[in-house]
Amino acid sequence: MKSWQVFLGFLAVAGVAPAQEVQVFRGATVHPVAGPVVPNATLVVQGGKVVALGPAESTVIPAGAVVHELAGRVIIPGLVDTHTHLSGAGGADASTALDPTVRQLDGVDVRSPQFVKALSGGITTVNQMSGSGHLMSGQTIYLKLRRTGTRVEDWLLCADPAKDVCGGMKMANGTNSIGTSPFPGTRSKSAAMARELFVKAQEYQKKIKAAGKDTSKLPDRDLGLEALVEILEGRRIVHFHSHRHDDILTALRLAKEFGFTPVIHHGSESYRVAAELAAAGAPVSLTVVDSPGGKEEALLVRWEAGKLLREAGVAVAVNTDDWITDSRLLLRSAALTVRAGLDPAEALLAVTLAPARMLGLGDRVGSLEPGKDADFVVLSGDPFAVRTQILATWVEGKKVFDRDEPEDRLVAEGGYGAFEGIGEVHLDGETER
Amino acid sequence: MNRCLLSALLLWATAAGAETVAVRGDLVYPGDGPAISDGVVMIENGKIVRVGPATEVVIPAGVRVYSGAVVTPGLIDAHSTLGTSGILNSSVPDGGTAHDQDQLETSGPIQPELRAIDAFNARDGLVDWARSLGVTTTHTGHGPGALVSGQTVIVKLRGDSIEEALFDPARPTEMIAMTFGASVMRNFRSPGSRPKALALVRSELLKARTYAEKRKNTDPEKRPTRDLKQEVLADLLDKKIRALVTAQTAVDILAAIRLAQEFGYEWVLDGASDAHLLLAEIKAAGVPVLLHPPMTRAVGDLENASFTTAAKLAAAGIPFALQSGFEAYVPKSRIVLFEAAMMVAHGLPTERALQAITADAARILKIDERVGTLAPGKDADLVVFDGDPFEYTSHVCTVLIDGVAVREECR
Repeated sequence: MKSWQVFLGFLAVAGVAPAQEVQVFRGATVHPVAGPVVPNATLVVQGGKVVALGPAESTVIPAGAVVHELAGRVIIPGLVDTHTHLSGAGGADASTALDPTVRQLDGVDVRSPQFVKALSGGITTVNQMSGSGHLMSGQTIYLKLRRTGTRVEDWLLCADPAKDVCGGMKMANGTNSIGTSPFPGTRSKSAAMARELFVKAQEYQKKIKAAGKDTSKLPDRDLGLEALVEILEGRRIVHFHSHRHDDILTALRLAKEFGFTPVIHHGSESYRVAAELAAAGAPVSLTVVDSPGGKEEALLVRWEAGKLLREAGVAVAVNTDDWITDSRLLLRSAALTVRAGLDPAEALLAVTLAPARMLGLGDRVGSLEPGKDADFVVLSGDPFAVRTQILATWVEGKKVFDRDEPEDRLVAEGGYGAFEGIGEVHLDGETER
Repeated sequence: MNRCLLSALLLWATAAGAETVAVRGDLVYPGDGPAISDGVVMIENGKIVRVGPATEVVIPAGVRVYSGAVVTPGLIDAHSTLGTSGILNSSVPDGGTAHDQDQLETSGPIQPELRAIDAFNARDGLVDWARSLGVTTTHTGHGPGALVSGQTVIVKLRGDSIEEALFDPARPTEMIAMTFGASVMRNFRSPGSRPKALALVRSELLKARTYAEKRKNTDPEKRPTRDLKQEVLADLLDKKIRALVTAQTAVDILAAIRLAQEFGYEWVLDGASDAHLLLAEIKAAGVPVLLHPPMTRAVGDLENASFTTAAKLAAAGIPFALQSGFEAYVPKSRIVLFEAAMMVAHGLPTERALQAITADAARILKIDERVGTLAPGKDADLVVFDGDPFEYTSHVCTVLIDGVAVREECR
């Protein structure tokens, strides 16, 4: 804290350019997630980053700061959704069961009102994914919902999508990706096909290593294998759709063989293999639904999963899998895990910092601490109370959702024209083939 | 059949508590009036005998007492597909090995002869799930997706068979389920348009009108030969049963109103996603609404769905109740308790939201003589919560049907 006050002092002397305007959010109860709750807090934001957070009595308000009075309000970090299908970007097609070449990047429409919907639900960072109808349906993209700009590039959390790893890799096992050729017909075949591809990637990786600095010896570029090498090198995270206990163990077996740690998504029966998940260090991103079933794999889905996994030492996130859960209702999903015994602080962690870490973004988003992105949500009350309203959502110090704006309110509540022209977006496992 | 159903029901009633039971809550919501602080509901032989504050209704010694923070009437899901659209979501025509999807038959767009009682599976996992979250009565059966998809029935979530579950043995057919909208065009080659859909239904109802007239003939020789389809439609025209008309878009809602006026049958408007655009028209039609679950997906015919519609219907004075509706995937069933909570989150007062899943639902379904409120003489269907029923983090802890605890674990 002290160093930040020194930093602020420096800024005051140097003068502040308009873009570097200091904003102060004063009087709210702030849940930083990274530390204890701060009642009557002062949150200082500059240049899109949090620069200070502390109790009102001991936190200096820089001269010239724009002050937002938020007494009686509650502030939480912007929510991070590890699993969403907003914008209906599509993914792999029916030509192959494993397609690491396709990128969500190339299908995202930042003008989609679906993203405003997510902001109205307090979501500021998402992992936009392709579906589970493939063993590997393509490269996912991590997006900051900045609500400005015209291109997906304006929303990335990486610098250059041609060079950087800007998302993860979607994989799946179990029933959704089983089908007729070229899709596998059994679970064993599913695993064998995935292993075969990873073996190819290992060979490809060996050739690259063997070439060393001699570019003439490099293998021909292969878009898919390049992405898989990023997984083998630990630079691209595998987001693994898996429901049944044995399918989850199969995912862990595959990951162990090839030396990576997947994030298990949905994990309907994850609580039945909690010890194995803990031993593998694999986190779980749960999709919390109002009733079990809808398919055989989800018969045993339980709200208690969050609590049981945390007790076993497994990192837990809660996702929307929008449209399975409407993005406006992510806090509600987390609240249902509280209903089933999870500590409220743990439930808040599960929609903020825990999912941020699952995307490899834990040092940038997911909590309110100096140096992190100023992404936060202003609530009218307790995060998990039914009557609490999401009043505003801020991304990098800019208000990008305001419940008092009629256009935003329409999306938050629904109504005529709110989602006009939005077709039926991805339905996990039921489309894209 | 009715006698068989009746005897099954008597068996249940005998099994159902000949004993005296008390339910006590810090707050007791009777369902149609203000909450009673520290209230007591006394139950004998499955019926409520007294309701009032603990100071007036004294619990005799030795009586089994269920208690908690809040007590409400058993919840009524005014339109579901519980028991007909099962938890596995598997359908043989769609390539499944198991078959538990009986809410929609796609061999023809108009099949009023399909009875819900021939498909209802009282042991389906979703029936138990809904019961564990406070639902004690539901109006279920055929779902949306056909012009006339079949019949509906009102059941209590009790027993292991339709015979034990049936709300009233004299009412094996409650309503005829009709749908206007895009889902019908998706499921059938014809109708391929809204006007064609209406033309098909009108033609069928005209035939039924003739059938209805002919069957009134005093000379049995001059009555028509039995036709299961015409019989049911004639019952509709003779106002022996009502129509449940699912219509989401403004165009479809207006068509539904037009059709009902032409043929003069009684009906309820189901779904009604665009109701907020047609408050005056719906009110003028005098039709009650079984509103879509607020958490429905706002796509297709429901793209204008709003969380605030319930509050608008209430303000307009249109009678409405809440439904869990039909879900094709995950979650396989919505839960009216949670859906009502969403109406509370968007401006509907708590007591009014509770009414939409208790007293008002009972009135619209015409079962309010027995259920929907806590009053002497009513069926002892109650739910005990450990907090505000609509809070996400409260729990349903005890569910009683006909005075028998069917659930005693907090969820």
